[in-house]
Amino acid sequence: MSLDPVLLSRVQFVWVIAWHILLPAFTVGSASYIAVLEALHFGTSRTVYLRLSMFWTKIFAVCFGMGVVSGIVMPFQFGTNWSRYADATSGVLAPLFAYEGLTAFFLEAAFLGVLLFGRRLVPAWAHLVAAVMVAAGTLFSSFWILAANSWMQTPAGYAVVDGRFVSVDWWQVIFNPSFPYRLAHTVVGFYITTAFIVLGVGATMVRGRRFIDEARTMMSMALSLLIVLVPLQIFIGDQHGLNTLEHQPAKLAAIEAHWETGSRVPLILFALPDQAKADNDFVLEVPLIGSLILTHHVDGVVRGLKEFPRDQWPPVAIPFFAFRIMVGLGLLMLAVVVVGWILRLTGRLFAATWYLRVCVWVAPVGFLAVLAGWTTTEVGRQPWTVYGLLRTADSVSPSLTGADVLLSLLGYMVVYLIMFPTGYVMMRRLMRRGFVEIDIDEPPVASGRPVRPVEALPGSHGGSGA
Amino acid sequence: MTVSVLDFVPIWTLLLGLAVFFYVLLDGFDLGVGILYRFAPDRRSRDLIMNSIAPIWDGNETWLVFGGLGLLGAFPLAFAIIIPAVYFPILIMLLALIFRGVAFEFRYRDAEHMTFWDHAFAWGSLVATFAQGIVLGAFIQGFHVQGRAFVGSSFDCFTPFSLFTGIGLVFGYGLLGAGWLIIKTEGDLQNLAREQGRWCFAGVLISIAVVSIWTPILDPGIAHRWFSWPDIAFLSPVPVITAILAWLEWRALRSSSETGPFACAVGLFVLSFIGIAISLWPMIVPHHFTLWQAASPDRTQAFLLVGTLFLLPVILMYSGWSYWVFRGKVRADIGYH
Repeated sequence: MSLDPVLLSRVQFVWVIAWHILLPAFTVGSASYIAVLEALHFGTSRTVYLRLSMFWTKIFAVCFGMGVVSGIVMPFQFGTNWSRYADATSGVLAPLFAYEGLTAFFLEAAFLGVLLFGRRLVPAWAHLVAAVMVAAGTLFSSFWILAANSWMQTPAGYAVVDGRFVSVDWWQVIFNPSFPYRLAHTVVGFYITTAFIVLGVGATMVRGRRFIDEARTMMSMALSLLIVLVPLQIFIGDQHGLNTLEHQPAKLAAIEAHWETGSRVPLILFALPDQAKADNDFVLEVPLIGSLILTHHVDGVVRGLKEFPRDQWPPVAIPFFAFRIMVGLGLLMLAVVVVGWILRLTGRLFAATWYLRVCVWVAPVGFLAVLAGWTTTEVGRQPWTVYGLLRTADSVSPSLTGADVLLSLLGYMVVYLIMFPTGYVMMRRLMRRGFVEIDIDEPPVASGRPVRPVEALPGSHGGSGA
Repeated sequence: MTVSVLDFVPIWTLLLGLAVFFYVLLDGFDLGVGILYRFAPDRRSRDLIMNSIAPIWDGNETWLVFGGLGLLGAFPLAFAIIIPAVYFPILIMLLALIFRGVAFEFRYRDAEHMTFWDHAFAWGSLVATFAQGIVLGAFIQGFHVQGRAFVGSSFDCFTPFSLFTGIGLVFGYGLLGAGWLIIKTEGDLQNLAREQGRWCFAGVLISIAVVSIWTPILDPGIAHRWFSWPDIAFLSPVPVITAILAWLEWRALRSSSETGPFACAVGLFVLSFIGIAISLWPMIVPHHFTLWQAASPDRTQAFLLVGTLFLLPVILMYSGWSYWVFRGKVRADIGYH
């Protein structure tokens, strides 16, 4: 089998972005959480908020550092592996990418220094401003990058000159048809992801009867946010689906594994889609509900894949299953939150050990849902980089051989498989240690102050290699 | 489509030049600090050295993102040709930057493997710098282009010249790093930095001299630019000022001046930067495309400019503020004061 630079470049992009997206999935939510905690402390002077903020800021810092270095990789992917895409789309997309870097990266990185190291160096209000600016930075970042991503899904406001896209109307470029839905769906998803982590960490501490005050505050804050956001997310997801049906019907057909056009279509709960014979095996379906969900009418017409030329079909099985995983996880989250509220209202939340255990188990559920949702929307866009206009196969750098890309892919794999597990272990350790090191009279600790946290750890004097 | 009264290309050339220069200067000194890190005598000095850049390194590194995205936004054709042509140096640089970047956090939090992360930081800094130097050398030499794409091999960029510029940049960043450490440290550590600075300075001098001779030999166009009359008269201040700065740097490294070594190193980088710009002007893809030919549409450059002109001063202001907050000598035991 010869090595295909297009396929390998796609695998490489999946690899670097899938790892990277885990970090904003957490930092967008936790930056806002930290800003809220700082504001609450500023307003109420209750130390529990300060201690919580200091605790989460340490974890945020680890994530953010990893986010910066894995994020720098991303824009260079467009040049190294997707240079024809870069040449064709930069007239429209480059400013959006650049604004992500400018408004967000800088805002976050510059104010983060103050947030991490500056509590004693600047007045309290300035520290609060820094926390708010970091949170705002993460949201601006999401705004611009999702505008660019949405434009690739539902291009608008452009013209094609000499085979290259140019902008005609920036407003239409940015606020393209799928953007508002994607932005809302993604940011709410990131907030939910963070809230489940906070809930899980709080539950671990309540179970272990440690840091009860902080742990209960965490669980209460997380559940209060989730009871609003999880139902809201289901509503936004539904609206996003209607938008996809309108603008990317082939993608929607792949997500639902609908091969034939029809009205009163069933909802396929499970199937094994067979791309070659354009049909499904082992189908488990509910009649009529497909049309009802997708079009909000029982008689609604849903177009099947056979209406589109075969060379414009996305691979069906991947978005089909990824979507079902995402929805399944969404329903699981809803159940956890509703049960949590029933327990809370009946005063048993912190005593129900089985529920606390559930909270610990479902803590990473948001990450899985984000990855599944991202897979659904990106694989569903294939075989295009710019939907209906620029093929993925025509986007890759012409100079690359399969061996080149295999080599670079292996490099990214080795490095990421060292970095991310180490980061994960460290964050777990920080979460386990809880508030032991949090001392509100000391300057906050992060990477800048070495001596004490290092000596407190086991084996720090031996200092062995890896 | 629209006839523009304003030519954005010179503005973007200037902005991008500034971004690249800020990157080279700022990440240059913290990469340089990383290069010198391996020579620190003990744990305490390593802690100090790392602390001297811990609060600012990530802000410095974001200039790389701005430089990359600015090139994509303002001169996309150059981006689409140059970046794939330096596929492996970019890859190596990114992977090395990842290692050294996470080392800041991991070194403290994963203390069982502190030695590993010490090496990751030192080697990452060295390798990233070397890779950037290769990119620079390959860029000066030019690429094999057909139509609007790079069509050479991904290994074309590794030439004797580009490997030499790689080594040269290691000395250059090392000199900046030593200058920074002289400002931020005291006593033995400062003396060590002065000594390292002198070694790096010797390397820098040799590199500047060799590159200044080698480039006009490689490229008759560059030779003509520098040595034809009357250009040689207009351009002669560049080598003259470089020589003066080199003399000042040498004196500063041997005196007790704390800011002189860093300031003169910055000056040497400015002059080298100007020298390269003079050699290549007005090409952005040497031998193939000028800045104007590689530019994105006016509407794109204008849209990008509006936000940039608003944000850039703000960014510069609070970057400056960050540096101000963390000013003064660094101390490992009592944090920042």
